[in-house]
Amino acid sequence: MTEEVKEIMFREHEEYMINMGPQHPSTHGVLRFEVYLKGEVVTKLVPHCGYIHRGIEKMCEKDTYPQIIHLTDRMDYLSAHINNEAVSLCVENALQVEVPERVKYIRTILAELNRIASHQLWWAAFGMDLGALTTFFYGLRDREKILDIFEESFGSRLLHSFITPGGLMHDVHPNFQKRTKEFIKYFRKKLPEYDQLLTGNVIFQNRTKGIGILSKEDAIAYGITGPSGRASGFSCDIRKKYPYSAYPFVQFEEKLSHEGDSFARYQVRIEEMWESMKIIEQLVDNIPEGDYTAKMKAVLRLPEGEYYQRVETARGELGVYIVSTGEKFPYRIKFRTPNFSNLFIMNKLASGGKIADLIAISGSLDLVIPDIDR
Amino acid sequence: MLTSIIYDFSPLTHRIDQFLSETFSPGWAVTMELVIVGLVFLLFYAVVGLFLVLAERRVCAFIQNRLGPNRVGPEGLLQTIADLLKLLFKELIPIKRADKFLYNLAPFIVIIASFMAIAAIPFAKGLHAIDFNIGIFYVIAVSSLGVVGILLAGWSSNSKYSLIGAMRSGAQIISYELSVALSLLAIVVLSGSMQLSEVIASQESGWWIWRGHLPAFIAFLVYLIASTAEINRGPFDLAEAESELTAGFHTEYSGIKFAFFFLAEYMNMFIVASFATTMFLGGWLPFHIDGWYAFNHMMDFIPPVVWYLGKTAFIIYLIMWFKWTFPRLRIDQLLTLEWKYLLPINLVNILIVAFISWKNWHF
Amino acid sequence: MEIINYIKDILKALRSLWKGMMVTGYYFVHPKEIVTQRYPENRKKLEMFDRFKGEVTMPHDENNTHLCTGCGICETNCPNGSIEIITRKEINPETGKAERVIDKHIYHLSMCTFCELCIKTCPSNALAWGQSFEHAVFDRHKLTKVLNQPGSKLRKEPKEKKVTEEKN
Repeated sequence: MTEEVKEIMFREHEEYMINMGPQHPSTHGVLRFEVYLKGEVVTKLVPHCGYIHRGIEKMCEKDTYPQIIHLTDRMDYLSAHINNEAVSLCVENALQVEVPERVKYIRTILAELNRIASHQLWWAAFGMDLGALTTFFYGLRDREKILDIFEESFGSRLLHSFITPGGLMHDVHPNFQKRTKEFIKYFRKKLPEYDQLLTGNVIFQNRTKGIGILSKEDAIAYGITGPSGRASGFSCDIRKKYPYSAYPFVQFEEKLSHEGDSFARYQVRIEEMWESMKIIEQLVDNIPEGDYTAKMKAVLRLPEGEYYQRVETARGELGVYIVSTGEKFPYRIKFRTPNFSNLFIMNKLASGGKIADLIAISGSLDLVIPDIDR
Repeated sequence: MLTSIIYDFSPLTHRIDQFLSETFSPGWAVTMELVIVGLVFLLFYAVVGLFLVLAERRVCAFIQNRLGPNRVGPEGLLQTIADLLKLLFKELIPIKRADKFLYNLAPFIVIIASFMAIAAIPFAKGLHAIDFNIGIFYVIAVSSLGVVGILLAGWSSNSKYSLIGAMRSGAQIISYELSVALSLLAIVVLSGSMQLSEVIASQESGWWIWRGHLPAFIAFLVYLIASTAEINRGPFDLAEAESELTAGFHTEYSGIKFAFFFLAEYMNMFIVASFATTMFLGGWLPFHIDGWYAFNHMMDFIPPVVWYLGKTAFIIYLIMWFKWTFPRLRIDQLLTLEWKYLLPINLVNILIVAFISWKNWHF
Repeated sequence: MEIINYIKDILKALRSLWKGMMVTGYYFVHPKEIVTQRYPENRKKLEMFDRFKGEVTMPHDENNTHLCTGCGICETNCPNGSIEIITRKEINPETGKAERVIDKHIYHLSMCTFCELCIKTCPSNALAWGQSFEHAVFDRHKLTKVLNQPGSKLRKEPKEKKVTEEKN
């Protein structure tokens, strides 16, 4: 039998298709995977996104620049502050406005707190996907402390719309510094417990070591940024390459790994949590006094032209591209979201593995679906 | 009279037997005895099942820094009854092209298998329903019937998810039965008999888990791991892994049929734990230390049923602790664990145990 | 040699499993670490933070007066139309001229995204955050609220320098 005939017979008789459909406990949102299987082994994987497309970029075309902020919150809702910061920085650079030092420090502290909160939720959900159901509760219990800090200063726990073009909406609560320092002390004791429970566990290591190996060339070719890219050796931390806000004033390391498997992605995120705590410790005691916003006009009109700004969210590089024709609304705004690029490596990584490996890979890539669909 | 009943149930059972054989003809007496024993076991099954479901939810809640169900009834004791009522009201969704006879038969087979195994458990002196000379062999044989129920459930549901789940589960249970049987064999070699009451009687001078030092301890560990895999629980529960394939082999079951599978899983846990206590931890015998007469006398004061239930509760707590701490194993890792690690360890262990028993080197 | 590695692997694996069990076992025997709040039994003692964003309200004082002049700046700034301002003309008894007075300040709680722009840009500081969070209703139309209470009037305050800045 020729190879072609064998292929056709395989496709018709042995291969079967399963939908890990839009409602599924482990795809972290509404995403459909069409999985083609032969027995227990995955041969092909086709992701279908778009179930939560809300037309954010189109809605932004009729909103003024301060009004865009509340929509960007809802893209990657786990790093809401960082999304707001991206648009604010883009607008401020276009208008050539210099923000006060206090604003820069507070923006960076909020971004790092948000990064820790996002990684805590990722750890919680990853453990739960793999079957260790208690990690969900431990991760969320520690995340509640950060959400309390946010609730005291801004009034909301997840979607704040706090960082606006020009500075901040209002000043942070007087208790902010004290609570942040308490949280750092508390979390430094709890993070080694995460290692004890999951990282050193032999079952967990067998489930993730050697699974879904992403080579550095593939990471660069597909544009996989963030901790997933850094785990393959692709040095892509925007905070180091194109520093913004208060990042030039702090010392921290960019954590790289060269294995590229799921365990490396896991390790990089845990180490990023330690680095974020280091950054916060360097900044929280030295917040300069001053205004919480620069003087901005009532109606913002960007000069004609195109402007781009990139920031490092918890999942990778977020790019904001604004085309302006001089009006108070943007002509076109485009978001280069990290999850959209990270999603399409799934086919390459999951083919040849088993269904259980598919879950481990998608958990370690840390996808947030509304960011894919905007 | 009442107080001594708790310590030894045989006078009570003899009195009932005498009463029945005097009033009725022998055939009818035997039938009535069977009916009474059956009813008692049904009641026991239902009550313990209800209690175990609640216990699991509260244990898992405490491990996870939260409270668990504590509103329905005092401390949540009536929670499972509320769940049962909810399941009874649910619609039994019929599947279009499922094999109807097998689809309806599968939950019953699972329940029957676990029911037959419960009959052989020694609860206390005199409370032992089936006590023949191949006791443990009967139990292992009968609990293997559960696999048939699971495979039937997966096959007859006419759904891809159920089929994958049932196939995985079938492979897993059949492999781990070997380890369960071999680790229990170690105790059979030490005690010299398969009859369960003899095994308990041979532990009067001390439980096998420390009298048989190292090999008995290894056999205990292997038995714990293998039996958690047998009952599809804990780190070996990918047959019903919620986050991978919806609900595995019982995806297509709803209402009371799902309740049967659910209940059978918890009762299997109870059975596995009670055989661990019978063989390794001395069954209903109290904890004695050689030579401390006052201590032994105090330990004798607690009724054997309480000893038995306490030890079983401890093993059940261990099994629950495993489930809520460890991530799941993949199917090929699970089979590797059995065939490459547990089975060789078991075989070597049996050699050592046979040697020790021959040379009388146990305590 | 391989047997030694085999046994070492098994012992290392058992040790890692034991360490994991110690973590969960610790939390099992320490019920003081339970973080559940007994809602709804603790409603009376529940205190939200000061700045908690429950819903947008228009604070009225004890004389039933508020600060809203009906200028419509909040309606312009709201990104998705959750505010509708209806005004009417009234003759001011002191000056005799017709001026604009707020009739209804309609707030659609069902559409609000809690972005805070209306509160920030109001020139008379008429709006503020309320702290109630139990908004669940059976009928969607109950979520459309009129913020100024019936029979309330505009509070005339002496002209003082506003503390808020004009940012947007």
